[in-house]
This record gives sequence, C-alpha cells and structure tokens, in this order.
Amino acid sequence: MICQDSKTLLEVRGLRATVNGIEILKSIDLTVKSGEVHALMGPNGSGKSTFAKVLAGHPAYTVTGGTIRYEGASLLDLAPEARARAGLFLGFQYPIEIPGVANSQFLRLAYNTVQAQRGKDELDPLEFDDFVREKMKLLGMNPDFLDRSVNEGFSGGEKKRNEILQMALLEPRLAILDETDSGLDIDALRVVAEGVNRLATRDNAIVLVTHYQRMLNYIVPDYVHVMGAGRIIKTGGSELALELEARGYDWVGAELKAAAGAAA
Amino acid sequence: MSAATTSACLETLLGSRPQAPAAFASPTLGWLGRLRADAVERVGALTVPTTRDEEWRFTDISPLTKMAFHSVRTASHLQASDVERLYLEEAPTRLVFVDGAYAPGLSRPAQDGGVVVTSLAGALSAHAASIEPHLGRHAEFSGNVFAALNTAFLQDGALIVVPRNKTVAEPVHLLFIATQKDAASHPRCLVVAQAGSEVTLIEDFVSLQDEAYLTNAVTEIALAEGARATHVRVQRDGGQAFHIANCAVNLAGSSRYRSVAVALGASISRYNLDVLQAAEGAECTIDGLALIAEGQLADTHSLIDHAKPHGVSRQLHKCVVGGAAHAVFNGKIIVRPDAQRTDSSQSSRNLLLTGKAHVDTKPQLEIFADDVKCAHGATVGQLDSEEVFYLRSRGLSDAAARNLLTYAFGAEIIERIPVASLRHRLEQTVLERTTAKS
Repeated sequence: MICQDSKTLLEVRGLRATVNGIEILKSIDLTVKSGEVHALMGPNGSGKSTFAKVLAGHPAYTVTGGTIRYEGASLLDLAPEARARAGLFLGFQYPIEIPGVANSQFLRLAYNTVQAQRGKDELDPLEFDDFVREKMKLLGMNPDFLDRSVNEGFSGGEKKRNEILQMALLEPRLAILDETDSGLDIDALRVVAEGVNRLATRDNAIVLVTHYQRMLNYIVPDYVHVMGAGRIIKTGGSELALELEARGYDWVGAELKAAAGAAA
Repeated sequence: MSAATTSACLETLLGSRPQAPAAFASPTLGWLGRLRADAVERVGALTVPTTRDEEWRFTDISPLTKMAFHSVRTASHLQASDVERLYLEEAPTRLVFVDGAYAPGLSRPAQDGGVVVTSLAGALSAHAASIEPHLGRHAEFSGNVFAALNTAFLQDGALIVVPRNKTVAEPVHLLFIATQKDAASHPRCLVVAQAGSEVTLIEDFVSLQDEAYLTNAVTEIALAEGARATHVRVQRDGGQAFHIANCAVNLAGSSRYRSVAVALGASISRYNLDVLQAAEGAECTIDGLALIAEGQLADTHSLIDHAKPHGVSRQLHKCVVGGAAHAVFNGKIIVRPDAQRTDSSQSSRNLLLTGKAHVDTKPQLEIFADDVKCAHGATVGQLDSEEVFYLRSRGLSDAAARNLLTYAFGAEIIERIPVASLRHRLEQTVLERTTAKS
C-alpha cells in the first residue's frame, strides 16, 4: 500500500552495472518505500534479473556507476551476507541445489544468523523444527522437505515454495522476488502468492520481478515498472500490467522513442 | 630409489616375522605353511614399486623405504577404558587388534547360530572347511609385494563366517589400533558369506599416537550365491603413518556387495579394491571419499572385473583436497567378452580447496563385450560460486558458506554409511576439518 508518511527503504539512482565487461544496467532510478509492492516487468534481456542480483550483491556483477541506498546507507560497500542480515532478501529465479546439506540445517543456519544480527535468540534444532513446521503449513509444504538436501530433486514449484519459506523465516524488510511465478502451475502460484501476501506488512516492501502479469492477479502491485535495455522506461499503476498483458512490450519502447523524437 | 634400499626395507620388514606356529607344518594346516612360504618367496622376488611402475605412477612410496619398521611382539597393555570411546554402540560384536596383534581382552567375538566372528588363529582347525578355499585365494600376491608381505606374516587375523540364509542383524566392528612408533602391522581379514546370507562389516583403522608406523592390510571377502555384504572402511591412521591395504572381493551369482571407504589419515595411503563379479547377475556399489590436507597423499585404485553377464556396478569416488595434499584415483573397469548386458557407471568428483592441492584421476574402461551400458565421468573443480552466493544471500559469511559446501561435498559419501553413530562421528570429523581449513 502507498502511504505518504512511510519511510524510504530503497533509493536507486543512475545505477549502471556490467557483467564480463558488458554493460547490462544503463541507468536505473527506483524508489521503494515501506508498505509498497512494486512489479518490475519487461521482456527477456531487459536487465530485470541483473538488477535483482546487483541489489543482492552478486559478485559476478560490477557496479560501474550510480548509487543504491538502503535505509539511508549505501548498499554498495556491503557484502551479500551483510545485505541479507540488514533485511534484504532475494528470492532466486533458479534456486540453487546443494546436495549434502539438509534443508533443515540450511534454514536454521540462515535463520539463526539473521536472528543473531537482530539481537534475538537463536533456536536449537528442536525448537527450530517446531517453528519451521508451522511456517511450512502456511505454504502447504510437506515437512519431508526438511530432511532432503537443499532444493535437490525439488520440482520447480517446490523450489519456489522453499524460497518463500526462507522469506517467511528471515522476515526481510525488502524482498526482491525474481520470477517467483515461473515454473509454477496455477494452484502452486495461488499458494505461493497467498504466502507472499501474508508476509507483506506496512513495514516491509516487496519487489516482484516478473515477465507475465498472472502473478499480479494475486499480488496487486502499487507500482508497475517496465524495463527496457537496462533502464526503467515506464512506470504506472497496476492497470499497466494488464495493458502489457494485452498489448505486449513493444509499444512501450516505441512510445519512448516517439517521445524522444518529439523532444529532439 | 635403488634396488638395494628397497630390498633392505623389505628384508627389515620380513626379518621381524615371528616363527610360524608348529601346527602350520601339520598335514591339516600344511596348506597354510605352503601359502606363507610362497609369499616369502614372492617378497624376495619383488621390489617396492616406484613411480616407474604404471600402477604407482602418481604415488611415490619411496619415503617408506627410508623407514625401519618392524613387527611388534610385546603384548598390548591397553585397557578397555583407553579405547572404549572407539567402540560403536550399534556393533556389540567386535574384534580389536592392537599394533596388528589380536587383543582378546578388548574384543567381543561371537559364535552363535552358526555365525562366526573370531580371531583366525583360534578358528583354523574348527573352521578349516570355510577358510581353506578362500584364505589367500582371492588376494593375489604374486605380483603385489605388499599383499605378499602380509601373506608372509599370515598367522592371525579376523574371521567372519556367515552360514546359509543367515542375516547378521548387527554390524561387526573390526578395530585396528596403532599404539607404537615404528611398528609394522599386517592385519588380515577374511569374510565368508554363504548363500543367501547377509552381513555388515566395519573395518576401522585408528591411531593413539602421532609417530610413523606402517599398516599393511589384506582383506578377502567371498560372497556366495545371493549373499549380501556391506563393507564400511574407515582409515583414520595417524598423520605420519603409512597405510597400504589390499581388498579382494569375489562375487558369486546374484550376490551384492556395497562398500563405503573413507580415507582421512596417514601421510601416504594406498587402497587397492578389486571386485570380481565371478558369476551372473552380481552387483556392487563402491563409494569412496578421501579428505586430506597438508602434505598427505591418498591413493585409491579400484578394479571392477565384470566377468559374467548381467552384472551391475556403481561407483562414486570423491576427493576433497586441501593444503598441498595429493589425491589419486584410478578406477579400472573391465567388461570381459562373456559379460553381456553389464550395466556399469563410475563417477570421480574432486574438490580442490587450495592452489597447491593436487589430484590425479584416471577412469580406465576396458570393454570387450558389445551389449553393455557403461558410463563414466570425472570432474575436478573448486566450490561452485553460485552455491556460495546462494548461502551468502541468506546471511552466511563467505567462510561459513565455503565450509558448509565443502562439508556437504564429503558428506554425500559419509551419508551412505548405514551405521548411525559412525556416520555422526565422521560427519563431525569432516565438519571440524572443513572448518579448520577455511
């Protein structure tokens, strides 16, 4: 929800980033305040996922210009783990499989690391087990997934649920969900979306990175941004997503070009 | 290394050989006397291998020739309280050997329902029918100086006989404890599983001291028609130790052999595992893990010989190499002309933790049958950067993420050990080691 007096969580200005020497983000400006849900849309290759990874601090990407401020302080100097502990969460488009690490062990380690950072009590395996099972219930997840290796052999939908489970455990202030809807069937999409909605509060914010509009039927965004060629080229309300669904992305770029032409 | 040093080394080792018991000259045990004599003859004819030998190309054993190891004759003074912590709660039946000698006071043999778990020396007469067809028949020593040396010393050891269709519910623990500097021990183990029987065996090599010594083990496992055996092997010898072991497994029709071998200790270790699928429809699963650091060398040579049709083999060997350590894996698979419909897969996966760590891995397939399925692959690499980032994005520090992933890499093999308390101990060891190396 948009509240006039809520504080700014994320402020991105003129952000440029490269991977392997190729510039992917060409100048991004975005402001996210607490309580808001933003959808970041755009065609493949427009830089959506790169932007998400840069925010989380992926070491393969180099920031070459601009600023990212998170709760008033620069994010760029923070290691990925420091960003996570500060309350930033990236839900992965392709969650990583880690054979040999039990999901329960991984979830507890992550949970306790963040708890310790917040000066709260860590949970021992037994306490954590009770706690995580409650959270899993809300996402319709089978507790068997605790005993399996992290994401190993999980279906696409199970992996995404596991991501939202992590979000539920870590209670981030800013969650960036990268194509959480891809690979989900309609039922799984609804369950995952309900899970996300339940986690949305006045004090946190969510950025949904998505290619399609369908997830936005369940999680209604306050703002929809369209990315093209490494920039945000259009911003609107939730109705913009419907228009994109109906008309595709090409017209946004054409409109921008026309406007640029008129100005010249 | 000169021929002189190698023969001097072998002479010293052989020179400490105790006299054979008088009984070995008797008509009933004459075969054993002859076996030992043959072995002594082979030791005389062979030399300690060098890196010029194809089978030892990557493993320089020459430091062994500079040592003067000898077998120990003094009885052990170890009390149960010294070693209890090494016992496994799931394995009440246990044979303990201290510096190679059977320690009856620490052991709990079993002889019930026809199952025999006992010292070989005490069972030679009573169980001759089970022993004679197998002892020294599977572990080839004519071209293997270490197996020959072990056989030359053959006098005692561990004997496990499982009668027809009998399932031994609890695992059998064979515990080999090193306590003395410069000691050479030649542990010997024979497992005979008769048709349709089932047994789990744990061979566990530990040290209570940090000085140099030599363990030179030979294990023979014979599975009759439809028998099943699980063989866990844990080599956690002392950091200065030399550990050499030969294990020969003979599989009759439809028998099934599973093994998990873990190498953590020793300065230089070499494990040869030879599995012969001697009849139709045999299956084996062979998994291995070497977790080494500093200047350690761990070498595993395996041979799976598919001699008959419809055999199945699965092999996953992993090495986690830190410091300036060196791991070697040579996995040979032979599919003989007769062995149609063989289904075999082998994977060698290696993780190098430092720039100085080193691995030589060599899958070796020799296929002489045309209707077979054989897959193999080898990877050598560092930790996956996407996995590291995933963990860091959840708040784990870079070091914690790397430790966890290193641990997980090794844990995949440890998890296959079907004895919970041993598994937990090893998981703990792996965790400590991977944490220490960050």
